[in-house]
Amino acid sequence: MPVQCSSCREKRAVLKRPKTGHSLCKECFFWAFEEEVHQTIKAAELFKPGESVGIAASGGKDSTVLAHVMKLLNERYNYGLDLMLISVDEGITGYRDDSLETVKRNQQQYELPLKIVSYEELYGWTMDAIVKQVGLKNNCTFCGVFRRQALDRGAIMLKVDKICTGHNADDVAETVLMNVLRGDIARLRRCTAISTTSEGDGVVPRCKPLKYAYEKEIVLYAYFKKLDYFSTECIYSPNAYRGHARTFLKDLESIRSSSIIDIIHSGENLSVRDGVKMPVQGTCSRCGYISSQALCKSCVLLEGLNRGLPKLGIGKHHRLHDKLLSQQPLTEKEERKLKSVDF
Amino acid sequence: MHTCNLGKYQFSIFGYRLIFLFFFNSRASELLFDGVKEHQVTLPGQSDPWDMKQLLVWIQRNLLKERPELFVQGESVRPGILVLINDADWELMGELDYQLQDQDCIVFISTLHGG
Ligand SMILES: [Zn+2]
Ligand SMILES: [Zn+2]
Ligand SMILES: [Zn+2]
Repeated sequence: MPVQCSSCREKRAVLKRPKTGHSLCKECFFWAFEEEVHQTIKAAELFKPGESVGIAASGGKDSTVLAHVMKLLNERYNYGLDLMLISVDEGITGYRDDSLETVKRNQQQYELPLKIVSYEELYGWTMDAIVKQVGLKNNCTFCGVFRRQALDRGAIMLKVDKICTGHNADDVAETVLMNVLRGDIARLRRCTAISTTSEGDGVVPRCKPLKYAYEKEIVLYAYFKKLDYFSTECIYSPNAYRGHARTFLKDLESIRSSSIIDIIHSGENLSVRDGVKMPVQGTCSRCGYISSQALCKSCVLLEGLNRGLPKLGIGKHHRLHDKLLSQQPLTEKEERKLKSVDF
Repeated sequence: MHTCNLGKYQFSIFGYRLIFLFFFNSRASELLFDGVKEHQVTLPGQSDPWDMKQLLVWIQRNLLKERPELFVQGESVRPGILVLINDADWELMGELDYQLQDQDCIVFISTLHGG
């Protein structure tokens, strides 16, 4: 027996909103979803007129919905933004082909300019070449570190003022949880922020317009709007730990529907007691990216790759950074330790 | 992504003709259903109408290849998998108690990273 839309009381409801429990028809759901993103953007003053904004586009559902909604709201409410899609090509044979094709179609569908930046131009190495050198077991260290910085490097190259990413409420809750589990107080304090300000030359401010949007609604928005997206996952090694956190979160949610927003709320309202040691945030002396060490993680990894010492940067080798910075040769013992690769 | 296409199949007196669409990432899809996204099946007739609870058991026995825990948990789908019945959220349709009709189209969408 069909349920009626609780908003217009005319059409057949197509979903029950996890946030409010309301049953809405397609049209009323689209409107509610878009208006909430607009409210989020307005309340947090994420953008200023005239800014150029890069939308991180992977071809996945979150970024596809983000691109669609940003384009729509920019026109509906005259944000005055200069929007652009930015995609990163890691250089993994076969893996990005489908998702990059999707992004290229999105470019046509949304009439937004698209820039694809490759690892090759950003780092001088494709992921395939990295895997060849470091083995499958260690590649995700590179994946994670390089991916985090790729957008910044790309955005600087393209001279955009801001980047927005498709992180949704479920992602933020999951990150809060992971930082608690890992005892990462510094990240725990930062991870719920809806936007970051520029911290040095190497970093472009970022924001998350979908921060309060539930994954279920994003998926259904994409489904009912028939948006063109692609299911992506790192083929080299999906992050198992994150997977467990997500499963746990979904289990919690099935028992208590407000779990996601409750966890975000906890994260937002934590305050760290005075006297807790925090890593000092400096900048990388080579590329300007935020780093607590003299060299940022990706510069260390790159140095290792370029010197044929792939293990550099995988373990704790901070002692060696000074040597690297001053281009000093390593001792034979140090070299040996960094060369062996266990596949 | 394509949606339900009803009316494609003839009514059958032998049981229910159903369409399933599975939207999972390629890895999970490979493990669970040999990478086949769309399934047209005929359920055997029985004295009482089929409900979703029985259907999930049937899917587990007849369609799933490996790693059924990626799809089912207890007697329901694994949390994080969305279910649409004729393009409406199953939470509006009674979930496990929904009684299937001939030519129903059931869509399963995974929102999990590993799924
Ligand atoms: Zn309505
Ligand atoms: Zn990876
Ligand atoms: Zn650096």
